[in-house]
Amino acid sequence: MEPTTTSYLVLAALLFGIGATGLMIRRNPLVMFMCIELMLNAVNLTFVALATRFSDIDGQTAVFFVMVVAAAEVVVGLGIIISIMRRRPGATVDDLAELKG
Amino acid sequence: MPEQFIAPSIDWFALSPYLVMVAGALGLLVVGALTPRWPRGLYSLVSALTATSAGVLAVFIWNDVAEMGPGTLVGGALSHDAFAQFVTIAVCAATALVALVTDAEVRGTVLEGPEIHALLLTAATGAMVMGASNDLIVLFLGLETLSLALYVLAASERTAAGQEAGMKYFILGGLASAVFLYGIALLYGGARSTNLGEIVARFQSTVALERNDSLVLAGLALLIVGLGFKVAAAPFHVWSPDVYQGAPTHVTAFMASVGKAAAFAAMLRVLVIALPFHRDDWRPVIWVLAIASLVIGSTLAVVQTDVKRMLAFSSVSHAGFLLVGVEAAGHRAGEQISGDGLESVLVYLALYSVLVVGTFSIVAVVSRHAGGSTDISVFAGLGRRRPVLALALTILLLAQAGVPLTSGFVAKWGVIQSAVAERSYAIAIIAMVSAVIAAFLYLRIMVSAWLADPSEVEPEPVPAMTGVAIALAAAVTLVVGVYPELLLGWTDAVSNFAR
Amino acid sequence: MELIVFVLASAMVLSGAIGVVLFRNPVHAALGLVLTLFGVAVHFVSMEAHFLAAVQVIVYAGAIVVLFLFVIMLLGVDRAEDLTIEPLKLQRPVAIVLGAGVTVLVAGAVVRGADTLGRETNASAPGDSNIRALARSLYSDHVLAFELTSVLLIVAVAGTVVLTRRLKKSEG
Repeated sequence: MEPTTTSYLVLAALLFGIGATGLMIRRNPLVMFMCIELMLNAVNLTFVALATRFSDIDGQTAVFFVMVVAAAEVVVGLGIIISIMRRRPGATVDDLAELKG
Repeated sequence: MPEQFIAPSIDWFALSPYLVMVAGALGLLVVGALTPRWPRGLYSLVSALTATSAGVLAVFIWNDVAEMGPGTLVGGALSHDAFAQFVTIAVCAATALVALVTDAEVRGTVLEGPEIHALLLTAATGAMVMGASNDLIVLFLGLETLSLALYVLAASERTAAGQEAGMKYFILGGLASAVFLYGIALLYGGARSTNLGEIVARFQSTVALERNDSLVLAGLALLIVGLGFKVAAAPFHVWSPDVYQGAPTHVTAFMASVGKAAAFAAMLRVLVIALPFHRDDWRPVIWVLAIASLVIGSTLAVVQTDVKRMLAFSSVSHAGFLLVGVEAAGHRAGEQISGDGLESVLVYLALYSVLVVGTFSIVAVVSRHAGGSTDISVFAGLGRRRPVLALALTILLLAQAGVPLTSGFVAKWGVIQSAVAERSYAIAIIAMVSAVIAAFLYLRIMVSAWLADPSEVEPEPVPAMTGVAIALAAAVTLVVGVYPELLLGWTDAVSNFAR
Repeated sequence: MELIVFVLASAMVLSGAIGVVLFRNPVHAALGLVLTLFGVAVHFVSMEAHFLAAVQVIVYAGAIVVLFLFVIMLLGVDRAEDLTIEPLKLQRPVAIVLGAGVTVLVAGAVVRGADTLGRETNASAPGDSNIRALARSLYSDHVLAFELTSVLLIVAVAGTVVLTRRLKKSEG
């Protein structure tokens, strides 16, 4: 018996859900950022599963671009986090309460 | 297996606005790194000129499109149509104005230099790509180029509030991007392609029963949520007051103009152009978002005391108006005679981008003088100190409120008229009522500027280039308000899009 | 055999993901992320996306997670975060309900939509064709997107300069 496309897609949905939940629960910006990476990986898994199903390479090309975007996002995100943490080590998003809301 | 590789044909002239913008950004970075500090204002002038020339090129391309008809570029990745050129022109105009304002804002800080302008230009490139994209992957890359640059710009100022704004924007923006991307993936599952033309062709050729609807609908929902975050439509607007308030004012101007214009252009591309066959599925959602944005935006704006927060909520209510236009466009999406919805949204976007940059520029001038405070009290007595500046502020705020003889009226009239034409009476009435509520907020700022006791403050200096930007924005607002046919005469073409 | 691989890799993916969410120490969370990324790479291999699997391991699990760990260590924030304190009342249950809701909705849509995906095509491609096909797609239909990624990298470079520049160095 082989795993079907559906099983991959359901796995991806679970991964996406875990990532989204983590993003809402956690307060450490680094960990929240890791949760975004989890969500992006769920998307990649979906793309590849569908591309395999359709025998269409475009889905895999899309994953390639998502990876580039993820890398660029990590650079920018960690840059922002470093510039904040340098001022206030150990900050969580709750300590960032300069702005109400 | 090794068949002949066929490279897609590339129409360099049609791509010239993008090339000019990227070349300008790279030129600033490279030349700026190799030469000593440039004389004052030169970085701003160069980037404003770059944006202007890209906008002028887009006008010429528009003429080409009008002659040859719409088409696609680079293997179907970009559309070559009036819609794209219109968005390009609006984005370039707003970028040029913001570039002028940026100079005085970063003068004398660590940020003075070519990098910030390079970021503005690349962000604008991303926005232009979003408006022209004919492929969801290209759209996503444009969105990320714009968003990443905006995260950096929002966090660029070394203040606690600015960095906090950058961080919040980054986390929520990252979430929105991931959700949007998952939407693309599921839509790819339903349509077997990410190319807008192929998506439409696929749904056209299959009978309704054979359409893979549950995947498409799930993808559609995620796409709307992702775009809702980016356009700051209620209830996905929660980030915008904090980010608008915390970010440096020139960046807020850029976010509210270019960011919003690009996100709405993307929404039109995805919903109206790519998914016209699911219009009955997405139109009710847009309807709800529109009403929520109108109501929440205009009521919460009135109770704020910080001008930037007020303008953030007012921009949520503007998003509501734009969504009214999107909803109207949804009634006849994909039909031969498509109604005025699409056109009215684009006109609104172009006019709003210009006037919101002007408004935030004045806020920047006033708040810089007041030590960075943007509380409404710092506007007290502006009419005594700087009558001309207060007059410009009045014109721009009246336009935001949608008073006749300003461009804001033309914009609001357009979307409401298109909603009425599609018999969406309920939404049109709510839009008009919320415009009246929102008018109080603009009145509060105006009253404070003209009637409040003039506090003993020195008149604030108006930097020359910021002054030019404010004057241009106010002039456009008035000219279009008095002679709307100047603009409306040539926007009919935008509904003739390619895919 | 393939089913066993699937089950094992899925267990890696999910346990890693849950680890990211629940580990209190950011270093442990980063290691959980590595586990997930490797699991996804295994899935890529079993779906014949060999190039992406390699990139996944090298770029994602390699470069990106190392960057994460580097920042964690640099900032000295490898202290545990106390997960038992709830910052906002009701926020956590609401978050879990929302997350579960999204998962169930999407998974439901996927399961319902799966039978309309079309027939399974088992035309497994010859060994080296994955990279070739990917390159072909990248440089023909998606060449504009490929060029756009370079603009994205300009943003990343200029962005880090803007974010990390200090006052003293600006006089240059």
